[in-house]
Amino acid sequence: MTTPVKNPETQVRRPDEPLFKRLTRQQLFIPVAALALLVLFNLIADPSFFAVSINQNSLGNPVLSGNMVSVLDNASELVILSIGMTLVTASSGGQDISVGATMAIAGSVILRMVCGGQVTADTMQTPLILAVLAGVLATMLCGAFNGALVAYFKIQPMVATLIMYTAGRSIAAWINNNQLPIINDLGFKYAGTFLPGVPVPTPIFITVLVILAFWLILKFTTLGLYTQSVGINPSSSRLNGINPQMVKLLTYVILGACVAVAGFIRVSRSGSINYSRIAENIEMDAILAVALGGNALSGGKFNIYGSILGAYVIQFLTTTLYKYDVPSTALPAYKAVVVILLVVLSAPVVREKLAGMKKAPAKAAKEVA
Amino acid sequence: MQEGAVLEMRGICKYFPGVRALQDVDFTLREGEIHALMGENGAGKSTLIKVLTGVYPKDGGEVHIRGLEGAAVIRSPQDAQNAGISTVYQEITLCPNLTVAENMYIGRTKGAVTNWRRMNSGAGKILESLGIPASPRQQLGSCSIAVQQMVAIARAVDMECKVLILDEPTSSLDEQEVVKLFGLMRDLKAKGVGIIFVTHFLEQVYEVCDRITVLRDGQLVGEYVIGDLPRVQLVSKMLGKELDDMADIKGETGGVAISQEGAPMLEAQDLCSSAGIKPFDFSIRRGEVNGFTGLLGSGRSECVRAIFGADHITGGSVKMDGKAVKIKKPLDAMKQGIGYLPEDRKGDGIVGDLSVRENIILAYQVMKGFFRPVSRAQAEAFADEYIKLLEIKTASADTPIKSLSGGNQQKCILARWLLTDPKYLILDEPTRGIDIGTKIEIQKLVLKLASEGKSVTFISSEIDEMLRTCSRLIVMRDRKAVGELSGEDLTQSKIMATIAGGDEE
Amino acid sequence: MPNGTAVDKQGRLKERAAMSDTNLLLTITIVVFFILYLSAVFFLGGSFTKPQNFLNILNNNASLIVLSCGMSVVMITGGIDISVGGVTCLVCMTCAVNLEQQGGNMLTVILIGLGIGLAFGVVQGFLVAHLGIQPFIVSLAGMFFAKGMTTIVSKEPVRVTNEGFLAVKDMRINVPGLGAPNKLGVYIPAYVEVGVVVALVVVVLLFCLLRWTRLGRAFYAVGGNNQSANMLGINVRRTKFLAHVLCSVLAGLGGILYFLHVGSGDVANGAGDEMNAIASSIIGGTLLTGGVGNVVGTFFGVLSLNTIKRIVSSLGFDEAWWSNITVAAMLCLFLVIQSIVLLRKNKK
Repeated sequence: MTTPVKNPETQVRRPDEPLFKRLTRQQLFIPVAALALLVLFNLIADPSFFAVSINQNSLGNPVLSGNMVSVLDNASELVILSIGMTLVTASSGGQDISVGATMAIAGSVILRMVCGGQVTADTMQTPLILAVLAGVLATMLCGAFNGALVAYFKIQPMVATLIMYTAGRSIAAWINNNQLPIINDLGFKYAGTFLPGVPVPTPIFITVLVILAFWLILKFTTLGLYTQSVGINPSSSRLNGINPQMVKLLTYVILGACVAVAGFIRVSRSGSINYSRIAENIEMDAILAVALGGNALSGGKFNIYGSILGAYVIQFLTTTLYKYDVPSTALPAYKAVVVILLVVLSAPVVREKLAGMKKAPAKAAKEVA
Repeated sequence: MQEGAVLEMRGICKYFPGVRALQDVDFTLREGEIHALMGENGAGKSTLIKVLTGVYPKDGGEVHIRGLEGAAVIRSPQDAQNAGISTVYQEITLCPNLTVAENMYIGRTKGAVTNWRRMNSGAGKILESLGIPASPRQQLGSCSIAVQQMVAIARAVDMECKVLILDEPTSSLDEQEVVKLFGLMRDLKAKGVGIIFVTHFLEQVYEVCDRITVLRDGQLVGEYVIGDLPRVQLVSKMLGKELDDMADIKGETGGVAISQEGAPMLEAQDLCSSAGIKPFDFSIRRGEVNGFTGLLGSGRSECVRAIFGADHITGGSVKMDGKAVKIKKPLDAMKQGIGYLPEDRKGDGIVGDLSVRENIILAYQVMKGFFRPVSRAQAEAFADEYIKLLEIKTASADTPIKSLSGGNQQKCILARWLLTDPKYLILDEPTRGIDIGTKIEIQKLVLKLASEGKSVTFISSEIDEMLRTCSRLIVMRDRKAVGELSGEDLTQSKIMATIAGGDEE
Repeated sequence: MPNGTAVDKQGRLKERAAMSDTNLLLTITIVVFFILYLSAVFFLGGSFTKPQNFLNILNNNASLIVLSCGMSVVMITGGIDISVGGVTCLVCMTCAVNLEQQGGNMLTVILIGLGIGLAFGVVQGFLVAHLGIQPFIVSLAGMFFAKGMTTIVSKEPVRVTNEGFLAVKDMRINVPGLGAPNKLGVYIPAYVEVGVVVALVVVVLLFCLLRWTRLGRAFYAVGGNNQSANMLGINVRRTKFLAHVLCSVLAGLGGILYFLHVGSGDVANGAGDEMNAIASSIIGGTLLTGGVGNVVGTFFGVLSLNTIKRIVSSLGFDEAWWSNITVAAMLCLFLVIQSIVLLRKNKK
């Protein structure tokens, strides 16, 4: 042998690696590529999609409107949920499928508080902050219940949360004796619509605040390291002094808090609730957002910004489909096709095949030489 | 093909992203021989085996198997089985939810219907003839790890194979089981089966093997007849350098007998845990290196786990520097300045997907607290310091730890605990499954730590290693501490006698 | 050899004491079902004492039994398929449209149902087994697709008036010896619908498949540890693929049975049935982690689930939400029991 012995442990960076492959290995490649594709499609099909105008709303206030504003606005609940879902996924290697149902609980609790038990109320009977806190408390309890089943009884997350998924909407109905409370106080609707004099929808501000809060939490606590460590190897984490059960429970409780915020936004958009329809299928979208963001659904390493981006991509897709008059009932079919295309393209097997196809001609050329 | 050869591999190449795992490796296995495949960790032994058995696709080279025309095409473990190659892997590759008998027959029976009666009686006979204490109808998951490994061997042996591959099958077996296995290997050899034997234990190689092939850094070093290659030479071939270091360490043994006096730093009384050990007493002085020894399953790991609070503590008391302390969970022990390197590196030690840096700072970070994260810059400084200090071979501090070789992973775990500046370090089998070079480095490090006034408890399956490092040994048998040896008594024969027990006076 | 004999003794002892996980969970399920039903008979009496009441549980849930059995198969391989409810819905609607607007007959209905199931199974199985995409995501997309397609086929409910179909739908198979005289003293025989017979045949066939065939055992092996199964020489991809095909074809069959029972196509058909199927499988002792489960258990899981629903409503809690809350409570109870039993067992 004349070639010098190379140490196999040193990772050789191959400079001839194609740019395409290096890019596709980035975690954020999928959501960014999907977003770019959607933007491109809309630009070609109808550039007016991106038009933003100022209109008068029903109260006579000037507000921003346009498809992009509605994407940012309507994605709010999903973005907030997907952050909590990312943490839960990372720590427990599973997903909480009860978020839609617990959003109904949060909405129901908040409405019961502000309506003071009446079916319709014109003014808030309880200070808004107290009502929201009660909602947060309720969903954090639900989160703690889910988390306890997962962490202490070692039940797979999807199965454990199946319980809340089945019971959640019924509990929500039960909280209000199956009545549908309606609140007509404008103050209550600020959070879901517009603040007086502000042209930007309030949910966008709330979302930004939540993202900021998580940025701070991840920066000033070790939540990120603990969550990933527990998700990857709970046994090893325990021997390093981390309490894996507590960390798992904590992520579910945090998700509970996120659910309450999302539920609050949702009920304050209309001031009413429909137990069986509110936030229907949102758990599926939230899980999708996590997966689209390049996070492994089997847990471990995570990137919340990927999930956030994923959530916006999903809403962008929904809004685009609406624009082309896809009936809302048929929407899931189109979404499914897009989702399958995305996951197929991002599947490691397919990516290798694609890379192989590009490499094959080069290899053949070398062999000839 | 060469005459008498049952298997020939020519010019085998295998690349992983950024790594040449195998480069132009040749390997020949003859009929009726036991052929050792040796090399340090990362030398490419396991990769070669996995290429041969179709787990990894090869990137170059040819495989010829007797009885098959032309180059054999092996794309999956099924193909390998059909070609007459049966394999026992290092990790147990059976299904814990199936019965013992099913695990022995699944995937190699013909026909669409399972005949339970025939399968159970067939399995029963084989188990009995090999003396494996398991019932065919038992669920595999309810057997001990050693029995599971024996079942895997029974499965491989029962197949009518031309080539039997044993990839470190002995690491979870005790001595009697190893003896049984060797008997089995010799029987098969007499029947003309070619056996490839991968192991880290030099003694075992010289006990059963006929020939040795040495790999280093993914390349072939050479093939030798066992009689032509003395141990020292084998080791130097594996390491690629002449070995004076072995002698070095022996020279330092004299320095161990320090600190036999002074008050104990840690003292445990009647300690017992849910892992099922009998209550035991334990103490260690500042700057002392002691150890637990005993057969596999004798409870030596459970003892140190109890000291560290890794299992549920059910009784006993612990004193640190004379003061009573409560150690209920690992964090309590860490706060007392105790560090623990666990036996199962993959399952309990590394956090695979996290980077080398995050793995190194993990314990330090946990002790610092939830609300006081180590800054990125500081973490990088720590990681660089220890990568340099322990000579950890890694592309960068950001590399996921799982892509490092076993020895380097172990060094990262050591770094993790050294960073917490412990008073007392427990090392449970730090040298298992890692290469000789790193083994020696770790032994030296242990002695160095002791000379700095730290206490170390050291556990190893290799008594040599224990003798070189420890000044006092606690001997375990059947989950009970049965003796303590120090000074003059620290000899191989005395230790063996104590471990075996029974008829000593 | 003191060590050797100790292990030996332990081994023998364990053999007698320990059941396999599958059988242990199956036993729990069957015992719980009988306790539930018998206590309903003793304490509530009334309709529970009539055999027809029991048979009606079967009549109403023939489709769910078939769906749940398919779900169990996929869960045994360590996967999950949440598209079964959607497939049921799509099959009902397509069959209804076929019968009413395209002049179909019973044969085309069967072909359509199984065909849709097969198509879903092949696509989902390919994506899961050969491209390695998580089954949850794949079948989630499958569910969305099926529900969306249903509304594309027809948004309005389609009521079937085809006579040939109605003849099969209304066919009653009398069960000898279980009938009872009504108030006028006329003997009313107890009956089951055609679907129940089909469902029972499916249960028996699947039981045999899982117990005595190579493919069936491969399902368990793959669910137990798919890397090991690969090393043991099992074609893991093919096994997973076939599990998904089997599940989806059964979902198609379940759709036909659902259609036979309700006799109309509606976008709300089969709503939530994926969760009912998962719940039944779990109550029946199938673990989502794979490798453990039994279709007989699943059958009893469906029965237990619906028995408890009936008990709750006959206790006077007949508001809609109570049914869901009870199912959830039951699921919770079973999960906790299973978890405790298995945790204990593994500790030993």
